[in-house]
Amino acid sequence: MIIDDLIEIATKERASRKKFTIRCCMAAGCMSSNSEAVKKGLETAVKEAGLDELVEVRGVGCMRLCCQGPLVQVDPAGALYERVAPEDAASVVGTVKGGQTQAQRGDPNSPFFTGQFSIVLANSGCVDPERIDSYIAADGYKALHEVLREMTPKEVVDEIIKSGLRGRGGAGFPTGLKWGTVAKTENSHKYVICNADEGDPGAFMDRSVLESDPHSVLEGMAIAAYAVGAAQGFIYVRAEYPLAISRLQTAIKQAKERGLLGSGIFESPFTFNIDLRIGAGAFVCGEETALMMSVEGKRGTPRPRPPFPAESGLWGCPTLINNVETFANVPSIVRKGADWFASIGTEKSKGTKVFALAGNITNTGLIEVPMGTSLRQIVENMGGGAPDGGSIKAVQTGGPSGGCIPAASLDTPVDYESLAKLGSIMGSGGMIVMDDTTRMVDVARFFMEFCMDESCGKCVPCRAGTVQMYHLLSKILARKATAVDLRKLEELCDMVRNTSLCGLGQTAPNPVLSTLRFFRNEYLELLGPEVHGPNGEANATPS
Amino acid sequence: MAAKTLTIDGKQISAFEGATLLQAAEEAGIKIPTLCHMEGVYDVSACRLCLVEVAGVSKLLPACTTRVSEGMEVTTDSERLRKYRRMILELLFAERNHVCAVCVSNGHCELQTLAWTHGMDHVRFDYRSPRWEVDNTHPRYGMDHNRCILCTRCVRACWHIEGAGTKNVSGRGVNSRIISDLNQPWGSSDTCTSCGKCVDACPTGALFSRGSSVGEMEHDRQKLEFIVTAREKKQWIA
Repeated sequence: MIIDDLIEIATKERASRKKFTIRCCMAAGCMSSNSEAVKKGLETAVKEAGLDELVEVRGVGCMRLCCQGPLVQVDPAGALYERVAPEDAASVVGTVKGGQTQAQRGDPNSPFFTGQFSIVLANSGCVDPERIDSYIAADGYKALHEVLREMTPKEVVDEIIKSGLRGRGGAGFPTGLKWGTVAKTENSHKYVICNADEGDPGAFMDRSVLESDPHSVLEGMAIAAYAVGAAQGFIYVRAEYPLAISRLQTAIKQAKERGLLGSGIFESPFTFNIDLRIGAGAFVCGEETALMMSVEGKRGTPRPRPPFPAESGLWGCPTLINNVETFANVPSIVRKGADWFASIGTEKSKGTKVFALAGNITNTGLIEVPMGTSLRQIVENMGGGAPDGGSIKAVQTGGPSGGCIPAASLDTPVDYESLAKLGSIMGSGGMIVMDDTTRMVDVARFFMEFCMDESCGKCVPCRAGTVQMYHLLSKILARKATAVDLRKLEELCDMVRNTSLCGLGQTAPNPVLSTLRFFRNEYLELLGPEVHGPNGEANATPS
Repeated sequence: MAAKTLTIDGKQISAFEGATLLQAAEEAGIKIPTLCHMEGVYDVSACRLCLVEVAGVSKLLPACTTRVSEGMEVTTDSERLRKYRRMILELLFAERNHVCAVCVSNGHCELQTLAWTHGMDHVRFDYRSPRWEVDNTHPRYGMDHNRCILCTRCVRACWHIEGAGTKNVSGRGVNSRIISDLNQPWGSSDTCTSCGKCVDACPTGALFSRGSSVGEMEHDRQKLEFIVTAREKKQWIA
C-alpha cells in the first residue's frame, strides 16, 4: 500500500456514492430498538421501488440522539426521522421521490445537534464502521501515512505535546508527556494499549466510538506506536460490548488486508499489530496496572505505582496506555495540526470532550462539545432539561469516582480543573442528570454499593472500608443512624481516600463527600437523636 | 552499590540504593508496622499499615515498596498515621470473626499484637459477622476462613518459596477467599506438597496445624527466612 493506493480507494469509494443516501444507525442503542429490521426494510424497499441506482442505504455508527432511536437520515435533503419502525421503511424510501411518510420527523437543527463540535465523533453516524473503504474515503489513514513518511517519532510526540491533548480516561494526564516518556526508554520491546474497559454506570462514549468508528482508534494507536517505538498493541475491551468487539475484529482484519496494520506499513520499516483482549467483567481492570495484569493472563488486581507503566508495564516492558477517546483524537490532530486543536477549548483543557447524557433528561444520547462549555449549556440547552417539567437538582460526572454538582453550579465550564474544584472529576464522560425526585443519599449509596462490589479485595481500606461505608449509608437511609454514624462515615471517607492502593479505593468516597458537601441537609434530616449508653457514651445504635 | 542518605523520623541514615524504606528503617532500628510484608517473598503493599509520610509528596507511600532516594524526609509515626493504622486494624477485626479468646493463635498472633500495640481496645465499626467455613480436609493442616485477613502471605509462600502453586485467591472484594487448586477442598489438592510453609507464613490463626488447641499454634517464621536466605545468599544462618 502506498499513498496512491489510498487515494484510489478513497476516490473509488466516493465515486460509487449514489444520488441519495439513507443512513440508518447501527450502534447498540438503536439496534436494541430494532434498527437492524429497519435497515433491512429500507434495503428491501429500495429494491422493490427499483431505486437501486439512485439510493444507497448505509448502516452507520451512533447518530447521537439515542433516546429517539432508531434514527434514520435521508440525504442530501437532511431529513431526520426518529423512532422509525420497520413498517415505515417503504414510505421513508418514498420521500426521495417526493412521497409522504408517517415516520416521526426529527429536527437536525435543534440545539442538541447544533451545539455539538465533532472531532472524535466526526465520522460517527457518517461512515460505515464495517467497511474500511468508507473510513478511507473520509481521509482515513492519511494521518498515519503522513506520520510514517514525513515525520520522525520525536516530531510526532512534539506535535501531540503542542496540541495540549490530555488523557480522556478521566485523570487528564498530558498525553504528549506520556508518549515522550515511553519514547525515551531504551527497551527493544514496547507495547501500546488501548483501554476500552469503560465501566462507569451510565457511560457509553467509548462503546459508541468503537462501534461507530473503530478505524480512528486503530489509526491513533498505530501513530502512537510509531511515536514511542512499539510493534505490538492491545485493545482491552470489556466482554459486555459484543458489538464493539465484533466491529473491532472486522476493522483489524480489514486493516491487515489493506496493509495498514502488519509489517512494512506504507512501505516504511514500521511494523505494528493489534490484538484484542477481552475483559472478564471486573470494573477494577479499567485501572491501568490491573488491566495489564489481566492482559498478562493474571488475576486483575492493581499494583503500586511507581514503577509507572511508561517505565515498566506489560511483561516489564515500557507500555503506553491511553483511553479510546484519546487515541481517536490523534488522527485529526495530525491531519489538521496541533495549532488547530489547541485553538479549541480552554487554556488548560484543549479540544473537545464526548459525554454520554443520561438520567432525568429529555434528550438522552451522545454529545461532543468543546472543553469549557458550561454544564448549563449541555444539560439545559442541548439536553432539553429534566423531562415532564421537573427541575434539575444535580449533575453527576465521573461515575463512582466522581461527584454530584448541584444545580446552583451549572454555570461551571466543563474542564478538568473546574470540575475538580467542585469535588468531582471530568471522568471518562458519563453525565447523569438528576431531577428533584432524586434523594442524594440514595445516589451516594448506589455508587458505594458499586465500589464495594467492584473492589478487587487486595487492599484493606477499599475492601473492608467500602463495606462499612455502604453499611453506614444504609443505616442512615433506614433512619437508624445518629450523628455518631455520620462522623464515622466521614472519618472512613478520609481514611479510605488517603490509604487505598489504587484509584478505585482512593476515589470511592467522592460521591459521598460531594453529596455531603452540597446536600448535607438531606443526610441530617435522616439522622435520629443520639442515644446515650449507661456510662454516658454516645451510642450509635438506638434500639 | 551507591549509598543514599535520608532522614527517617528526624534521624539521619544512609541506605543502599534500591533498598526499600522499610529495610532502611529497620537498619536504623525504626519499627514500621506491617502485616502483609514477609521476608522472603515479594511485597504487594496491600495491608496499608506501613504507609508513611514523605515530605513533598502529597500521597502517603507504602514503606514496603517505596525505594529510598537521596534527601528523602520520611515520617513513620504521626497522629494521622496512627489514626489510619488503628482504623485499618478496626476494619480487619470487624470484617471477619476474630475471637481471640478461642483462637489457636491467641498470644502468637500478629493481628492481635498490632491491635495491642496500637491501642485498639475496641472496634467502633459494626461487626460484619459473616459465615465462613473451615476447611479441615487436609490430613495435617486446617484453614479457618473466619480468621483470614487476605494478606496473601500463604499464596506467595506457596508459589515463590515452595513453588507448588496450590494456594490462590478467588472472588473479589469482601468475598475474596484463599483457595486450594481449582477451588476444591485442600485435602483433595493434587499440587499441595504438605510442606506447611503457608501455615508458617500465616500472621493469624487462619492456617493452623491440626490438633492445636487455643493458644497453641505458633508459626515458625524463621524457618521461611532461613530457607530463602540459604537459597539466595548461600548462607546457612539459623
